[in-house]
Amino acid sequence: MNYFVRRLLTLLLTVFFVVTLTFAAFRIIPGNPALTILGTEASDEQIALLEAKLGINRPLPEQFIDWLRGAAALDFGQSLRFSEPVLKLIGDRFPVTISLALLALTITIAVAVPLGIAAARSKGKAADMMISIGTQLGLAIPSFWMGIALILVFGLVLRWFSVSTYVPWSENPYLALKSLLLPAIALAVPQIAIVVRYLRTTLLEQLNLDYVRTARSKGLKDHSVLFRHVLRNALLPVITVVGINFGELLAGSLVVEQVFTLPGFGSLLITAIGNRDYPLVQGMILLIAFIVVAVNFVVDLSYRILDPKIRMK
Amino acid sequence: MNKKASFSLLLGIAFVALLLAVMLTSLFYTPYDANEMNIAERLQAPSAKHWLGTDNFGRDVLSRIMVGAQTAFLVGLLSAVIGLVFGFIIGTAAGYTGKWLDELLMRGIDGLLAFPGILLALLLVSIFKPSMSQTILAIGVLSIPSFARVVRSGVLQQKEAEYVKAAKGLGAGHLHLIFKQILPNMISPILTTAALSFSAAILIEAALSYLGLGVQPPDPSWGRMLNEAQSFIRKAPWFTLAPGLFIMVTVLGFNLLSDGIRDLRDTRQ
Repeated sequence: MNYFVRRLLTLLLTVFFVVTLTFAAFRIIPGNPALTILGTEASDEQIALLEAKLGINRPLPEQFIDWLRGAAALDFGQSLRFSEPVLKLIGDRFPVTISLALLALTITIAVAVPLGIAAARSKGKAADMMISIGTQLGLAIPSFWMGIALILVFGLVLRWFSVSTYVPWSENPYLALKSLLLPAIALAVPQIAIVVRYLRTTLLEQLNLDYVRTARSKGLKDHSVLFRHVLRNALLPVITVVGINFGELLAGSLVVEQVFTLPGFGSLLITAIGNRDYPLVQGMILLIAFIVVAVNFVVDLSYRILDPKIRMK
Repeated sequence: MNKKASFSLLLGIAFVALLLAVMLTSLFYTPYDANEMNIAERLQAPSAKHWLGTDNFGRDVLSRIMVGAQTAFLVGLLSAVIGLVFGFIIGTAAGYTGKWLDELLMRGIDGLLAFPGILLALLLVSIFKPSMSQTILAIGVLSIPSFARVVRSGVLQQKEAEYVKAAKGLGAGHLHLIFKQILPNMISPILTTAALSFSAAILIEAALSYLGLGVQPPDPSWGRMLNEAQSFIRKAPWFTLAPGLFIMVTVLGFNLLSDGIRDLRDTRQ
């Protein structure tokens, strides 16, 4: 079967599983969700009304088909707490979270690629050791602790940043960037560690291959071998790693946003969980899962297109 | 390579042993009662009396950190056990039988992986009430995929090996092949994954508890301590230091342990 068709089928299967899981998860809530939301003092009418609103008074298959149909149209129903469509609430918060994630991604690549190259070039030497220790620490630091430390140092001691004041892009792009910079750094640190380790390994693997020996024996300088041949091949797998980790970046931003009190997905989701606003929680989680699946799909395809060796297979 | 491998392993063992010692000590000795409040001595800086200072209720931070290690280890261990048991069953079923069951189970695993780390945990805690057992269950579920994948690829590799074919030829049953022939050869990758899952569990538990959706009071948790500390960051900046440092050292220890075990296997082969 054609690769693209097969990949598309597995994508659909995964999406179906994700949609089913989010549906099933909220059907195994112990007891009556309407009663849980309203509390024990609610009257029977109130409960019946909320049950109708949540759609849980209807047969399960009917509910499931509705959920599938809604998910396909990105219509996740109404938030119980805010009485607004879930999609609109998510849309309002989306710019904050996505710009935080993209900024963190930019920082990751800008820092990790030079560090990875430096580590591979100085393999076994002091610089390599230092970078290796740095990546181990980067992987172990909880991003929210990193965030607190950044607030402490740059916000409270040095006073370079005013902490916990988010400025929207439309108002003042410079201040918006400034309000997102510290959280983006906190978010980027573990990602940088992952990419550096990965890039170092692939670079060293590539340097042992025949084409490198050929290039060297025809008299090319080390750095031109590295930058013209090796790096190009080593960056491909790095794209995959970055893509796969985009989900972790989004999930990580849920926590880091809370540290910096940014009005993004994180606070909306945490509030929704606290309020037992099931439609909102369900919609947000499904949407994030959709984004993760879509990004992985695109990365996988672009990888195939960029690398002629794989394309031919 | 060999030297570096043993270095990570030794350092990892040292860190983990140190924390294990702290945790075990806390079972029968802490400098103060971890939950004893003393408003007169709230938010004190580290001193000879309170090595790591006191928190916003005047509780001894060192004692709370020590008892917090119990939470971290309990969550790490039990969630790894859940991940291992279910991951092993799914991975073996997929790798050993192959065909449509393999495809179905692995797509299910892909589906689980679409919920990045903490998101799956948030999904589960939003359904049930946040608590220690809930946190363990949630983190256990999200560590299933990595175990399932490692076990599956191990089984796929080993089931074609000569010695397995030989045992099969001698009339060994499926269970004998899986547990007596294949499993002993997968111990090292499983241990590597277990150590990684342990450190991931500690990070996620800390994040969940930081958000107030993980371990609930009065059970102490390093993550929740950080949340409390952040509220008093201006008055007592040093209070944010110890819980984060302990999370980091624990995660570092288990990561190094995992790397060390992997490198040990690589050098042997």
